[in-house]
Amino acid sequence: MRLTINGTPRTYDGDPAQPLLWYLRDELQLTGTKFGCGISACGACTVHVNGAAVQACVTPMKALAGKKVTTIEGLSAAGDHPVQKAWAAANVPQCGYCQTGQMMAAAALLKETPRPTDAEIDKAMSAVLCRCGTYQRIRAAVKDAAASGMGGR
Amino acid sequence: MTTTMERRAFIGTLAKAGLVLAATSAGVRRLEAFELPHEHGPLAGEWEPSVFLRIADDGTVTVTCHRSEMGQGVRTALVMVMADELEADYATIQLDQGIGDNKYGDQNTDGSTSIRSGSYMKFRNAGAAARMMLEQAAAAEWGVDASAVAARSGTVVHAASGRSLPFARLVARARTLPVPQPVVLKQPSQFRLIGKDVPGYDLRNVLTGKAVFGQDASMPGMKYAVVLHPPVYGSKVAKYDAAAALKVKGVEKVIEIPGAPMPSAFLPLGGLAVVATSTWAAIEGRRKLVVTWGASPNDSYDSVAYRAELEASARAEGKKVRDLGDAGGALAGAARKVEAEYYAPHLAHAPMEPPAAVAKVTGDACETWTCTQNPQASRDTIAAFLKIPKEKVTVHVTLLGGGFGRKSKPDYACEAAFLSRETGAPVKVVWTREDDIQNGFPHTVSLQRLEAGLDASGKIVAWRHRIASPPISSVFAPNQEYHTDSELSLGVLDMPYEVPNVRVEVCKAPAHSRIGWYRSVSNVPQAFAISCFMDELAHAAGKDPVEFLLAALGPERVLDMTKTGTVNPVGNYGAKWEEHPNDIARHRRVLQTVAKESGWGKKLPRGEGMGVAVHRSFLTYVASVVHVKVGPKGEVTIPRVDIAMDCGYAVHPDRVRSQCEGAVIMSLSNALTSELTYKNGRTVQSNYNNYQVLRMSQAPKHTAVHLVHSGGPLGGVGEPGVPPVAPALANAIFAATGKRIRSLPVGRQLAGGPVAVPAGSR
Ligand code: FES
Ligand code: FES
Repeated sequence: MRLTINGTPRTYDGDPAQPLLWYLRDELQLTGTKFGCGISACGACTVHVNGAAVQACVTPMKALAGKKVTTIEGLSAAGDHPVQKAWAAANVPQCGYCQTGQMMAAAALLKETPRPTDAEIDKAMSAVLCRCGTYQRIRAAVKDAAASGMGGR
Repeated sequence: MTTTMERRAFIGTLAKAGLVLAATSAGVRRLEAFELPHEHGPLAGEWEPSVFLRIADDGTVTVTCHRSEMGQGVRTALVMVMADELEADYATIQLDQGIGDNKYGDQNTDGSTSIRSGSYMKFRNAGAAARMMLEQAAAAEWGVDASAVAARSGTVVHAASGRSLPFARLVARARTLPVPQPVVLKQPSQFRLIGKDVPGYDLRNVLTGKAVFGQDASMPGMKYAVVLHPPVYGSKVAKYDAAAALKVKGVEKVIEIPGAPMPSAFLPLGGLAVVATSTWAAIEGRRKLVVTWGASPNDSYDSVAYRAELEASARAEGKKVRDLGDAGGALAGAARKVEAEYYAPHLAHAPMEPPAAVAKVTGDACETWTCTQNPQASRDTIAAFLKIPKEKVTVHVTLLGGGFGRKSKPDYACEAAFLSRETGAPVKVVWTREDDIQNGFPHTVSLQRLEAGLDASGKIVAWRHRIASPPISSVFAPNQEYHTDSELSLGVLDMPYEVPNVRVEVCKAPAHSRIGWYRSVSNVPQAFAISCFMDELAHAAGKDPVEFLLAALGPERVLDMTKTGTVNPVGNYGAKWEEHPNDIARHRRVLQTVAKESGWGKKLPRGEGMGVAVHRSFLTYVASVVHVKVGPKGEVTIPRVDIAMDCGYAVHPDRVRSQCEGAVIMSLSNALTSELTYKNGRTVQSNYNNYQVLRMSQAPKHTAVHLVHSGGPLGGVGEPGVPPVAPALANAIFAATGKRIRSLPVGRQLAGGPVAVPAGSR
């Protein structure tokens, strides 16, 4: 089967049940997508499939034929996506492990909802856990990215 | 300044990206991306004025961080400190992560020690000495007095003549000079980085997904393994059938890992490892294993029954550890007596990154890359487990996706080393979340019984505290059934309140799981019990809780910790009481700060309340006010948390604030949702679906951090924010509903709605 990862066409002929997470991490060494739970409970593995936020740990490869997958490595060429800039400005990360998932979730949210309300931010971002407790800065950074006109992207 | 910082970070990213492209093998490239630039010590020709500092002929400054980065910002803080004293250009400084090696002194990243206990002064001294030598070299070059020149951001300048030379031109001469005596440190007013806010050193790599954590490390030709651990502590594989597992495509071997006998310290629990060509194949193979586990003395461990056992234990007289005055007599004669029992369950660290390690064993040598808080213990434990010389074990430290104490214990690195030796290939061991929750080193469970007597004026005249809680020492030695003095010094024995008659007893509590330290350790249950009880006493005395706490703290003074009536000396986080006294003025100031900033005492609508707590831990003073709102169905929302911290001086204030923000979330998880329970010796919880930690929707709407710069001696930062928040929340719930939370987590205790606020309380 064929799919596109960060703009690069790929052919996959492995176990169709293998979750996208392990294909990204073990085969493509795209380790920016993190493993946190494997059961869709933490959001550390959040990527975009055809532009929507998806948890890679529960997305089997067989569901991805013809799909376009974007990971943190493909979110922007120079690390300057409005979400990344807002995250840097707020110095959001502590350990950083959850942050790629957080940013992918935020980028998807803002694409869909350029001016999210507090409730919409809480709802979308509650899918991604942060054990270090950076939620306050994430909220601020999402609003900052929204204010920067992220919605246009 | 920010622009320069960003540029530095960006240059760093490019350099790392360059290395990524230069390498051929996928495995190598992940490691080189992290390893750079020369982890194994000085390059030929480098000047190494200290084990923490190297300066190359071209002027490149490399700082070695010997402590582990797990979100607390040590890699940023230590670079700031060195760069400031050295007057290096922070924008171009290189950072090298130290391998496990005794030459660095203690590398164990726990106890909130990385800045406070030594590194701060060691790094300042190293930087200042090298700066003075570079200045002397420049002065000699120009034939002027050393006092006429000054280093400034990577160059030395002679102001009178306007001449300047970059470090690169001075290294050759500077290194031949004698080390200056005495080393003259900067005055705080001269600091250009210390005490200022800079972006985290690893920020760019984190934001672009390039940061390498333990789960991300890899080596060429590496196999992947997951381990089926015994479900009950002390159980071993009795028999197993691996046929189905071996049929899974990609599974190559099933290997039994010998488990250490109890108490197993940091050694592996044992179990069955599935070695495969991918993580997924290993996980699938593990699901197909058929195992019969041997019996363990912990097979019947049951949290419900154990709680009853702890209650019975704490209701009888225990072993005396503190006896001041006559608590029994004073209790009997008190005008008013209050008693309460507090329960705090086991907790799982649950760092977002589950433990992981890659190891390669060749002959009697082992090289490992792992997310460890303690590379020296990793080295020692791997050597012991494999029976190879410690000198032959190299432990590289990756970034840690959270640690919280779990990653001080290197059992997972031992597993990787063992499997590499058995397979003859490099092996990466991935702990899944289930392994992490079920087979970790859970935080102790605790039952505390408190009794106090008040006199007619509402002053505390008697205090009896009994604690039943399995000790951490039980994982290292047999027959450890009582909380130890070092654990009791995390709240119970160093309790600051002025009470003339105090008795503290420890009660029996045998462990039935491994027990490990967890962010702020026994301060979690002890601050919860003491600070909730103080609130109960305030209400019993008919006093405002802040006023009551201030009165109980008494006047500003330093407590004499040798006159507390304890059987053994009270611990002080490894510091001397003379240098880090129990300072009532600092307790009072954080409490007064948080009361003022939170608007303590303001009128709140029905169903809302504020609670307060103050607690000293890791030599730092913290007070918190939580504002809570309890809905008709018992739903808890938190409009605001205020937290005031006095850690003496903040090297990196933004990171101190973020550590406080994070501590609030972790403490609220401890208080509201998290609980690790056992049934038939096994944990009931297994993953984030049932071991719950706070999500954004449950987090406070606003957290306000107030840094109190007392200029006191440096205290810890990573942990001390945790203890006071949970009791402040419980006290707020009482203020909102009239219901006491004496058992954690709050969970569903409030379903049923608020009860009437009893007379006598606010
Ligand atoms: S790893 Fe996918 S949701 Fe947790
Ligand atoms: S920053 Fe550490 S888990 Fe989110």
